[in-house]
Amino acid sequence: MTGQDDKVKKLLKEALPRVEDEPEPSRDLWPRVLRRLDEKAGAPPWFDWALGAGVLGMAALFPAAIPVFLYYL
Amino acid sequence: MGHETDDVLDRFRHGDLDAFEALFRLHQRAVFGWILRMVRNPATAEELTVETFWRIYRAHARFEASRGFEGWARRIATHAALDWMRRVRVESGLITEMVVDAPAAEMGDAAVAAEIRRKTARAFERLPAKLRIAAVLAVVEERPHKEIAEALGISVAAVKVRVFRAVRMLRKDLESQGIRP
Repeated sequence: MTGQDDKVKKLLKEALPRVEDEPEPSRDLWPRVLRRLDEKAGAPPWFDWALGAGVLGMAALFPAAIPVFLYYL
Repeated sequence: MGHETDDVLDRFRHGDLDAFEALFRLHQRAVFGWILRMVRNPATAEELTVETFWRIYRAHARFEASRGFEGWARRIATHAALDWMRRVRVESGLITEMVVDAPAAEMGDAAVAAEIRRKTARAFERLPAKLRIAAVLAVVEERPHKEIAEALGISVAAVKVRVFRAVRMLRKDLESQGIRP
């Protein structure tokens, strides 16, 4: 790390507040967890299917782009 | 995080809802805090805490008591946060909302300092999610690299590489905005 990198870290610390030691949720989350468990697992939204199909299509048409895609995952 | 008995862990592994609630009560605060450190927004952290425990319960049969609940929960929480970051990308502006408004001691004019903080936060939001998580936990929250590595399921060396790359990308982004660190 260079001195400039250290300055970037300092800027980052100044820009983002550090989270306090023992943060607490604003309310009891157990009822929400129970509701979530009760929900039926629905089908993925259409957008997810379209995105998946698009990615597969891109991979088939441009196989060289697969490593680049994986890199950004 | 708290300590649970082997009996509770064993019952949870077999899908016992009461045991799951006991584990939830013991760990929800720590899980929430861990997620908040990554996503920087309390409402989102609550939503992702619910998502994390939902994932935990769904995966109860795969839980290995010998490896402990705490690390397992943290890992699932980290991946839930990572998925969320990839989904919402830069447009949310959530982090920028949380930029510190306190005076910066060595920066002179307060307005300039505030502008630099805002630009730094925006540049941070533009980082790829996996770099953002490594950087915020290591640099801002000063968590041990080993802890981050375990949560992300990567090596300590890989964490250091991600932090290094995040800082370099931030530096370039800031320089392109006319800020020379």
